[in-house]
Amino acid sequence: MVVARKKEPIWIARDFSRCSGCRRCEIACSFFHEGKIWPEASRIRVFMLLPGIEVPHFCVQCEDYPCVEACPVKALSISDETGAVLVNSESCTGCGNCIKACPGAVPHIHPEKRVILICDLCGGDPKCVKVCREGGWNALTIVMRRDDSYKLYARTPEDITRDLAAKLYGREARELI
Amino acid sequence: MKGYAGKLLEIDLSTGNIKETKVDEAILKDYIGGRGLATKILWDRLGANWDNIDPLGPENLLLFLTGPLTGFFPGGRICVSGKSPQNNGVIGSTVAGEFGIELKCAGYDGLIISGQAERPVYILIKDSEVEIKRADHIWGLDGKRTVATLTKECRKIMEENYPRKGLWKEPAILYIGPAGENLVRIAVVAAKWTHAAGYGGYGAVMGSKRLKAIAVKGTGPLPEVANIDEVMKLTEEVCKHAFENELWRRWGTGTGGYKFGAKTSSEPIRNWQEEWHDEKRYGVDKFENRFWVKSYWGDFGCPTTCLKISVIRDGKFKGAITDNPDYELQAYLGTNLGIFSPEANVYLSALIDDLGLCGIQTGNVMGFAAELFQRGILKAEDLDGIELNWGDVEAFANLAKKIAHKEGIGRILADGTYRAALEIGRRKGVNVLPYAVQVKGVGVGAHGIRSRLDYVDIYGYACSVQCGDHTSVAQMPLDHPGSELMTILLDSGVCCSFNTFELPKIDLLFDFYSAVTGVKLTRSQWIRGGGLKILHLQRAMLLLGGPDVKWKPDIDDDNPPRFYEPLVSGPCKGRIIEREDVRKEKKRYYEAVGWDERGIPKREVLTALGLDDVDKALEKIRKEND
Repeated sequence: MVVARKKEPIWIARDFSRCSGCRRCEIACSFFHEGKIWPEASRIRVFMLLPGIEVPHFCVQCEDYPCVEACPVKALSISDETGAVLVNSESCTGCGNCIKACPGAVPHIHPEKRVILICDLCGGDPKCVKVCREGGWNALTIVMRRDDSYKLYARTPEDITRDLAAKLYGREARELI
Repeated sequence: MKGYAGKLLEIDLSTGNIKETKVDEAILKDYIGGRGLATKILWDRLGANWDNIDPLGPENLLLFLTGPLTGFFPGGRICVSGKSPQNNGVIGSTVAGEFGIELKCAGYDGLIISGQAERPVYILIKDSEVEIKRADHIWGLDGKRTVATLTKECRKIMEENYPRKGLWKEPAILYIGPAGENLVRIAVVAAKWTHAAGYGGYGAVMGSKRLKAIAVKGTGPLPEVANIDEVMKLTEEVCKHAFENELWRRWGTGTGGYKFGAKTSSEPIRNWQEEWHDEKRYGVDKFENRFWVKSYWGDFGCPTTCLKISVIRDGKFKGAITDNPDYELQAYLGTNLGIFSPEANVYLSALIDDLGLCGIQTGNVMGFAAELFQRGILKAEDLDGIELNWGDVEAFANLAKKIAHKEGIGRILADGTYRAALEIGRRKGVNVLPYAVQVKGVGVGAHGIRSRLDYVDIYGYACSVQCGDHTSVAQMPLDHPGSELMTILLDSGVCCSFNTFELPKIDLLFDFYSAVTGVKLTRSQWIRGGGLKILHLQRAMLLLGGPDVKWKPDIDDDNPPRFYEPLVSGPCKGRIIEREDVRKEKKRYYEAVGWDERGIPKREVLTALGLDDVDKALEKIRKEND
C-alpha cells in the first residue's frame, strides 16, 4: 500500500563557474511569473560584475529564514510543500526589510509594482533549472533538501564574484571588482 | 509594429541636446532595424552630401540600433553603424551582448549619436533618464579597466540617483579602448572585454566624437510581440537544433585554426602566402585543455554559447584573459603572422582586446607589414627598430601597441591595410598593393577562396557591399541562406547568425520575424523587396564614398591580387583563380541583383524599389565610370 506523504522539499544547487551567462533562466523565470520576457522582474538575476564571471543570484531558502522573520506585515511565509519563501503580494508593502535581513541581499523590488520578488521554486518545478539543464550547462540542478548548510550560499554578488575571479582569472583579477 | 520599443534616442554631443524620435512604420517594414535602418537613416540625413562627409568628422552619425528580433531570437546583438572610415560606405557591424536587450527594456530601439563632445564623455541611460558624463578619468584606460571602472561607477550612480530596494544589476556597456580614442581606423566598438563590432572601424568614429562608452540599464520588459506563444514555440525549435550540434557548442569556431588550414586550405598564413598547414600543435584540443576556464560562454538567450574563456596562468604571458580565441583571431593573430603557438595566440588576442583594436584588421595589416619586411621593402629602421619576423610574438605585440597609440610606423598602419599600402607605396616608390589582402578598404576575413573548399565564392568578397567582411559575402542564388540578402536580414533583425546554422530551413527566421512583428514576411518577398532595397542603398553609398577614397567597380570590385596567385602548398597546391571566371561570376551577380555591367544599380530597378533619389545621386557615378 502506498502511503501518501508530503512531497520532499527541493533545493537548487548552484555551480557558478558553470554559468554560461546565457540568461535563459531570466527569460524562463520572468515568462513564467510575468508572462513577458523581463530580466529585471526575474526572481533569478544573473549578475556580471566582471565579464565571464556570471552569478545567478536568487533565494537559497536559509535554514532560519531571516527574511520571513524580518517582515513587519507577515507577508512572507514558508511553503510547507517546497520550503520556498512565498510572498503575499496583497500584504507586502515593499518596505525592503527582507532585503536588509538577507545575508546575500537577494530579494529585490518589482520594477513596476511595490512588491518584493523572491524565488518561489515555481511551486516545486523551477523553470530556471529546466532551461539550464536542457542546455547541458548544469549551473543549476535540483537536489533534495535535507539538512545541509544552504545559508552559506546567501552571499552578495560582489562576494561571490571576488571568489570566482580569483579561481578563474587569478588573484590579481580581484582588484577589478 | 510589435517587437519594437517604438522610439529612438538622439544625443547630440556638440550641444548636449537629447531627444526622442519615432520611426515611420512604413520605413520599419522595409528596413527592419539594425543594418537596414542604419543605412536608411544615414541616407536620409547625410545622403545629399555623402561624398563630402568625413567619417571621422563631427558631421558623421554613429548609430547603435537593435532590431525586432533582438532579445527574442536566441543570441542578443546590437548593430553599430555610421559612415565607415574603412570603406567610406555603410557597414552594419554587429556585436554580441546584452546592450540591445537593456536598450529595448529602457524603451529605445536604438541610439543616434551626432556631433562631437568637447571633452571625453560617456553616456549613462537608465530607462528614460539620460546623462552625459565626464570621462576624463577613464580616457586612456584599456578595455578591461574601462569595463571594471564603469561597472562599479554606474552601479553606484544608479544606487544614489535612482534608489531602489534591492541591488542594482550592472548596466550593459559598449566602449572603446585606446585605439578608438586615437582614431585608429581599425578600432572596434567593444563589449564585455572580448566582444567587438570590428568591421567598419566604428571605434574610431566613437573616438572622434570623444565618446568613451555608453552604459544602459532598462528595467522594463522587452516590447510586446504579436504572438508570444508562437515566439516561444519557435525559440524552442531554434534551441532544439542548436543543442543537437554539441561539437559546435563545445568548440565554437575554435576548431578552425587547425581545420581551415589542414582540411580546406583556406587559412591565411604569413599574409596569405600560403593557405595550408598541418600544425597539430595548433589544434582546438590544445586551446581547450590548456587555457579554457569556461567552456560555454554566451550572451542573452543563446543556446549555443560557443564562446569560451581562455586564461594564461603562468609564464611570460601570465594574466592574459580573452575569449576562445575564435577562428578569425586564431588565424589573423596566429597563422597569418606565422604564429602556431596557442599560448602566443591567446596572449595577442587578449592584448588586442585591451587596446580596442580589431583582431582581423590588425592581423591583416601586421601580416602585410611583415611581408614587406620579408621582402626588404620595409627595414627595421622603418619599423622603429622592430625586426618583424614571422612568428615573433613580441615583435607583433609591440607593433600592435604602436598601432593603437599611433606611434612611429603605427601611425601609418593605423589607417588599415589599404591606406597603409598607398602611403608606404608613396614613400618607398614601390607599388605594394599586390601584398595588401583587402577589398575596398576592408581586410578580408580569414576564409580563402583559392582552394574552393571553403564557403566564400570567388566573387564573394569582390561583390559584397561590406567588402572584405566574411560575415556578409555575395552569394547566389539570392535566396540562399548564405546570400548577402539573408545576412542583411540577420543584421537588420539584429540577431546571431550562429543560431541559424542548424535550422533545417531558413524560413524559420521569417516565421520568427512574423511572430514578433505581426507583419507577414516571406523569403521571396524579402529578396525582391526590403532586402534588395537595403543592398542597393548600401551599394550606392559605397560607390559615392569619399572624401578621401573613391571606388571604381571596374577596378575595385575584385579580389586582392594575392588571390590570383596559385596556392603553393598542401593538397590544393597549384589551384588558381582565373580572372576570367571572376569576371563572369561578377557579371552574373550584377545581373541577379540589378546592377548594370559597370556595377552601378540600374535606374529601372531603383525606380521599381522606390529609390528615385538614389538613382539621381548615382548620375555622377555613372558619368565617372563611363
